[in-house]
Amino acid sequence: MGNKQTVFTQEQLDAYQDCTFFTRKEILRLFYRYRDLAPQLVPLDYTNKPAVTLPYELIGSMPELKDNPFRQRIAEVFSEHGDGNMTLDDFLDMFSVLSEMAPRDLKAYYAFKIYDFNNDDYICKSDLEKTVNKLTRNELTPEEVSLVCEKVIYEADVDNDGKLSLEDFQHMIVRAPDFL
Amino acid sequence: EDKEEDESKEEDNGSQQNRASRRKNYQRKNRAGKKAGEEGSQKKDRGKTAPTKDQKESENKEKKTTKKGKEGENKQKKDRKNSASSASSNSSDEESLSEEELAMLMEQVEQKKKLISTMRNKPWRMVKKLSVLREAQDFVEKFEGALGKGKGKKLYAYKMMMAKKWVKFKRDFENFKTQCIPWEMKIKEVESHFGSSVASYFIFLRWMYGVNLVLFGLIFGLVIIPEVLMGMPYGSMPRKTVPRSEQATAMDFSVLWDFEGYIKYSALFYGYYNNQRTIGWLKYRLPMAYFMVGISVFGYSLMVVIRSMARNANESTADGDDDNFIFSWKMFTSWDYLIGNPETADNKFASITTSFKESIVDEQESNKDENIHLRRFLRVLANVLIICCLCGSGYLIYFVVKRSQTFSKMQNVGWYERNEVEIVMSLLGMFCPPLFETIAALENYHPRIGLKWQLGRIFALFLGNLYTFLLALMDDVNEKLAEEDVVKNLTHWTLLGHHNSSAGNDSTVTPPPLDPADVPRGPCWETTVGIEIVRLTVSDILVTYITILVGDFIRACFVRFVNYCWCWDLEAGFPSYAEFDISGNVLGLVFNQGMIWMGSFYAPGLVGINVLRLLTSMYFQCWAVMSSNVPHARVFKASKSNNFYMGLLLLILFLSLLPVAYTIMSLPPSFDCGPFSGKKRMYEVIQETIELDFPLFVAKIFSYVANPGLIIPAILLMVLAIYYLNAVSEAYQRANAELKKKMQMQREEEKNKRNNKTSTNPMLQDLEELLTPSTKTESSPREAGDKKTESPNGTSLVRKPGRGAALDGSPMASGRGAAFTPPSQVFVTQPRTLGIRAPYPGQPRPWGHPPGPVPGRGRGHPCY
Repeated sequence: MGNKQTVFTQEQLDAYQDCTFFTRKEILRLFYRYRDLAPQLVPLDYTNKPAVTLPYELIGSMPELKDNPFRQRIAEVFSEHGDGNMTLDDFLDMFSVLSEMAPRDLKAYYAFKIYDFNNDDYICKSDLEKTVNKLTRNELTPEEVSLVCEKVIYEADVDNDGKLSLEDFQHMIVRAPDFL
Repeated sequence: EDKEEDESKEEDNGSQQNRASRRKNYQRKNRAGKKAGEEGSQKKDRGKTAPTKDQKESENKEKKTTKKGKEGENKQKKDRKNSASSASSNSSDEESLSEEELAMLMEQVEQKKKLISTMRNKPWRMVKKLSVLREAQDFVEKFEGALGKGKGKKLYAYKMMMAKKWVKFKRDFENFKTQCIPWEMKIKEVESHFGSSVASYFIFLRWMYGVNLVLFGLIFGLVIIPEVLMGMPYGSMPRKTVPRSEQATAMDFSVLWDFEGYIKYSALFYGYYNNQRTIGWLKYRLPMAYFMVGISVFGYSLMVVIRSMARNANESTADGDDDNFIFSWKMFTSWDYLIGNPETADNKFASITTSFKESIVDEQESNKDENIHLRRFLRVLANVLIICCLCGSGYLIYFVVKRSQTFSKMQNVGWYERNEVEIVMSLLGMFCPPLFETIAALENYHPRIGLKWQLGRIFALFLGNLYTFLLALMDDVNEKLAEEDVVKNLTHWTLLGHHNSSAGNDSTVTPPPLDPADVPRGPCWETTVGIEIVRLTVSDILVTYITILVGDFIRACFVRFVNYCWCWDLEAGFPSYAEFDISGNVLGLVFNQGMIWMGSFYAPGLVGINVLRLLTSMYFQCWAVMSSNVPHARVFKASKSNNFYMGLLLLILFLSLLPVAYTIMSLPPSFDCGPFSGKKRMYEVIQETIELDFPLFVAKIFSYVANPGLIIPAILLMVLAIYYLNAVSEAYQRANAELKKKMQMQREEEKNKRNNKTSTNPMLQDLEELLTPSTKTESSPREAGDKKTESPNGTSLVRKPGRGAALDGSPMASGRGAAFTPPSQVFVTQPRTLGIRAPYPGQPRPWGHPPGPVPGRGRGHPCY
């Protein structure tokens, strides 16, 4: 089979297909998207796995993320060192989880991590406040924000420790009609 | 013998049944014996691996456990490698791989394969996933070859190879399939600009296109093409010839535009088909095929709609009528991650903010009575207004159709008079939905619920219009049937007279050499119905396109370019840009499909027209949306598994089935046109085929099956089954509600406990402990109950109508799905988090126990 693409070896493509929810074509398309962000940095040959990372500024400027209030969090969660800079692997990972084929459990897991701003494995009140402020672009008064946060904790906190654990979160979110 | 003892001991150690049996097999075979030491090492391995394996199987997606599992795996792998290498060193030949070891290997290989196939579901970093994957693959690669012995080995290797090939093929096929989905990029682009609700319309359109393509293939392949290729050619018979009186104008565009002239006498319509039993050298039974295709169009559509509905219902784990998580859901799921357009994003931010504010207000002033009354009044008023509109439009259509019948008898009617019905119906379809929308603004529903109401109303409008149209048409058909009897005699006598004069003898066998264009014709009501429906469809298409062109594109151009020299801001002010009207478009599509289903029996070419329509409207509407529409001011998400559209489609499918079935079963077909001419009823074609083409016993069986004595019990049985399933689903729902209530009560109770702990001093606590549990059992549930009744009140403004309108999701499936999820959640989450606290009697049995006494017991328990 005279392979046209020399970006990845066949094994690499197969491995990526096993690890993500994408088909071969989509993986290649994603690679080109990744490369288009910084053509001078990313080589066209990935067979020997160059260690290239793109800074968050580039990742966050993608049209998919540009208008997302949580773009920084998303990039941080999926980047290897938590700083928003992404390798191609992280990049693929991110889009795999965000794609519509990913199961709800997996999405819920990552959603939890995204909303967990201070990385303490719990969504506490400060995380919630940040979330609300990002969602509404700081248009609610502090009283309203704190009321909303209290309500959320009241509703979703099953084990009553004043913060949402992963289990609480999954329990709540898997049943949401809007959760994609 | 001591080996055997050893073995049995090991078995007692609690390994699994099948493994034990395998080992016994092994014992029986290998009595001759091998090295015991090797066996021992094996067992140690097994002892180590068993727990990790179990862990793996019961793996919940938590990081810690997966990590542990992975460590275990690695260890296990190392051990495995060691033992394998030792085995190979100990004995040079392959025979040394004992059966037992093989079984174990097999198990591990299977496990690894499972790991490979579920790799993408693991929440790990890509690097880790890749490395684990590679290890697993290497492992499989290495030990797959070692499995099996002699002949078995080859077979096994072959099987493995085939499996690998199969996996590869499946993957390639999957790749191919995703490439074949048309318009994916287009839809994604629309999605990123307008949010998922607009995209859902296009996805629906695409789905519809697929269904229609299948119907088109069915009708063209089995009816139209055979008739054109093998049937009698055009001009050979009266029904395939334009009558003499019409021939002069038959090619005029104005005539063709009304589907008269040559088009009327073409294979696009029912009347063209011949009633010859078999045609061509294939002996193709065309009337039979026509009938069966007519039925299978409905059958296929029903099947497809129901299947996709069922799939949607399975996918949606949730129904929106859960009052528990209003704020949480708002917070965590309100952002539409598919938005990639700053304008849409702005709208989204604004709508999220307002929705938060609304629910805050609702929460703060939960019982604001006069507001509720006002709102209720407005809602009732809106419904009254809309019902008035519906009645008015129904009457208008009836009036117009009646008038058109008088017009059709007159000569020299103008263009307007001829097309009055279509024009009026299209105008109603154009102006009523915006009117409804204006009225619906009174009601102040959540946009998602509002959309459903809006859809329901427009649906009622269209349906009313359609049915008045049909009733009027039915009058027409009855008139034509009466007329037909007269013509039938006339034709008979003409043919007979002609024949007698020319040939003289035995007129029934040889066809008369009279020119087919001169034979008097019956009115052929089937073709008339077909033409009416085709004309309606075409005018609908035109009106839709013109509306889009004028209402969206010209308006957008005007607003965009005249804005430079106008006295107010056109873009922000009055005309502004149009929004994409989801409800109207979806309904138009559904309604149009209903017309297609209804008309496809009498006008087989209609499906072809529809396929063209859907194809063009996909491109046209995509273009129009991207070029001249703005995102909704209140962007909201359409949930993915949207059964509402499907429900509408199913309803209209059923409703369009009714008139067709009625005409097939109870009206006599025309005597001189169509594949069923000469029969008393259309369905007689089946009886005829059974009698003539099948052996006798089939006819007998058929007559037994068609016996009412069998059909009525069958229907009864089905009714009973429905009743039973309904009862079961209700029971599930009740259990579900109980569980929900129970969880809520536990939480309330827990909260009370916490509050007590923080607020009351130890003295009071002691006092409470001294109190009798009975008083508490009374007090605390009431408290919980109070709180519960309070919270729905606060939210009923928004939520309750939604429950009423939430038609989607069969109660059966959603009920069951929901009934099974909560307990698992309870089991998984609760014990771990509550383990630190006091033993909690209500907790570990969520199934079916009445929730009443639980909080009391929990509270009365003196151990906090």
